Amino acid sequence: MTLEAKEVSFSIHDQCILEKVSIQIKAKQFVGLIGPNGSGKSTLLKNMYRLLKPESGTVLLNEQDIFKQSSKVIAKKLAVVSQETPVLFDFLVKDLVSMGRTPHKKLFELDNKEDFNIVKEALSQTGIAHLETRSFSSLSGGEKKRVMVARALAQQAQILILDEPTNHLDIQHQLQLMDLIQTLHLTVVAALHDLNMAAMYCDYIYVLQQGRIVQYGTPEEVLTPKLLRDVFGVCADIQTHPLTGKPYLTYLSASHSNNFRTIST
Amino acid sequence: MNKKFMLFSLTLFLALIASMTVAIMIGSVSVTPLHVWKVILSKIPFFTSSVEADWSRSQEIIIWQIRAPRVILAAVVGAGLAVAGAAVQALVRNSIADPYILGISSGATVGATAVIILGAFSFLGIYALSVSAFLGSFMAIVLVFLLSRVGGRISIFRLLLAGMAVSFILSATSNFMLMMSKEEGGMKAVMYWMLGSLAGAKWSNLFIPVIVFFIVFGLLWLYYRNLNLLLLGEEAAVTLGVNLQQFRIQLIVLVSLLTGVLVAVSGSIGFVGLIIPHIVRLLVGSNYKHVIPISALLGGIFLVWADALARVLIAPEEMPIGIITAFCGGPFFIWLLRRNNYSFGEGD
Repeated sequence: MTLEAKEVSFSIHDQCILEKVSIQIKAKQFVGLIGPNGSGKSTLLKNMYRLLKPESGTVLLNEQDIFKQSSKVIAKKLAVVSQETPVLFDFLVKDLVSMGRTPHKKLFELDNKEDFNIVKEALSQTGIAHLETRSFSSLSGGEKKRVMVARALAQQAQILILDEPTNHLDIQHQLQLMDLIQTLHLTVVAALHDLNMAAMYCDYIYVLQQGRIVQYGTPEEVLTPKLLRDVFGVCADIQTHPLTGKPYLTYLSASHSNNFRTIST
Repeated sequence: MNKKFMLFSLTLFLALIASMTVAIMIGSVSVTPLHVWKVILSKIPFFTSSVEADWSRSQEIIIWQIRAPRVILAAVVGAGLAVAGAAVQALVRNSIADPYILGISSGATVGATAVIILGAFSFLGIYALSVSAFLGSFMAIVLVFLLSRVGGRISIFRLLLAGMAVSFILSATSNFMLMMSKEEGGMKAVMYWMLGSLAGAKWSNLFIPVIVFFIVFGLLWLYYRNLNLLLLGEEAAVTLGVNLQQFRIQLIVLVSLLTGVLVAVSGSIGFVGLIIPHIVRLLVGSNYKHVIPISALLGGIFLVWADALARVLIAPEEMPIGIITAFCGGPFFIWLLRRNNYSFGEGD
């Protein structure tokens, strides 16, 4: 399964949010989308999961335009864990996860043994089997996030879109969640705020700034002091971490960055 | 859980049958439950011969011609309004919504007022009121629907605001007709109609509400997955494969049809469509797989009792049923509001 955005443009009230953005996610790849606030990461993802329709350009799922297929067909192939999940009406955890089965069910069809097993599996994969009869509103932020991931898993889609999946999670749960997603061997595209996370988990990174792709490549190619200064406006020291072998960023405060500049010049 | 739900539904169903039996017994002439069922069975083709006719002609008329259709109508109107309320609350994703929020009742009132005060549709005879009320609600919902479309899509926010605006205009229209009318009697008749009454129930006008109720109820129940997703929000619905625009239009059509038909025969009975879904969520949670059928049962039971009270409270006069639903529903709703562990859907 591959996912591709081709020259996608989108604007809100004449304000251009995305300008001819093209990104490509190959099968089983973990692709990260980074960029400062307001750079268009979420908007790009929303265009890719059909919540918003691009003004121009196309989104292709396995080379086929997603806007020319039914929502149900797409929902079987593509699952989303979006940034916020404001559940206004209270549901049980297992009911929420079961909703992931919706695209697979016909109008007259009841949930069967297979659905039940898939939901069970999704709950245990995300480590929330013990919460299945709890009400969603009584859960902590981290638990809620895992319920949303479990729902996406129950959807059994080959492509997973994640919009800042580790937001509001403590460090242990951040790592657990990212590890889980990595072990699923799905095609993943995720908007990420934490650049060290992006460096650690992504095979490929796209950098967005003011609605355009300004850089792309492997974490090693993309994450450079120059890019961090130009795009994010921060000074950072970047080393290859001895244990992970991945780039590791240390952000420098104003006083340190002066020293840094003297050393590097 | 499923077993528990089945048991609970069955209990409520039996409670509904019991309530309907008692409601048929109550009145100026009281009858025994045995007679109620014997008369009813004698009217069902297959059983006719198996019951011995030990009741008087007047008892038969009271049970079969007067009370039975009325109690059945009460159950159907209660069930229908409750189900429509639950569906509207999912549609607009807001628990303060009721089936009348889309302007249906004010449209129906204009239609009813036109018949009562101006004598419109007099060629339709006794059906003039229902037909005109239905046309009024149909007109209102079409107007609200057209106003809520922005660039071919329905905006829920606009739907709510358009519903309010149209309601105001239509209420003003009815009030204007009332003000210009010199007839005291007409004014009282309109007021009675607005507060709702099931006194007009006959076997002949029961058919359409019953059929429409069962069709809409069945479809809404089948759509329980989509209704659940609507409650989660637009994003969840879209990413889980719901064609949002299409489904919203379907919902609006189903709810308006059901509400329009019910209001046409019973007037705009308030509060049922608002409180019953809340009570149901309190009992069985937010999952619409359970909310739809339990709302129907509980709404039916509630209105059967409300109508029984309406008949006996100030007998031989009849109390408008809307007064009773509000008097019973209001305090309960306030109690619900004060409970800490019930989520009205305001999030956390």
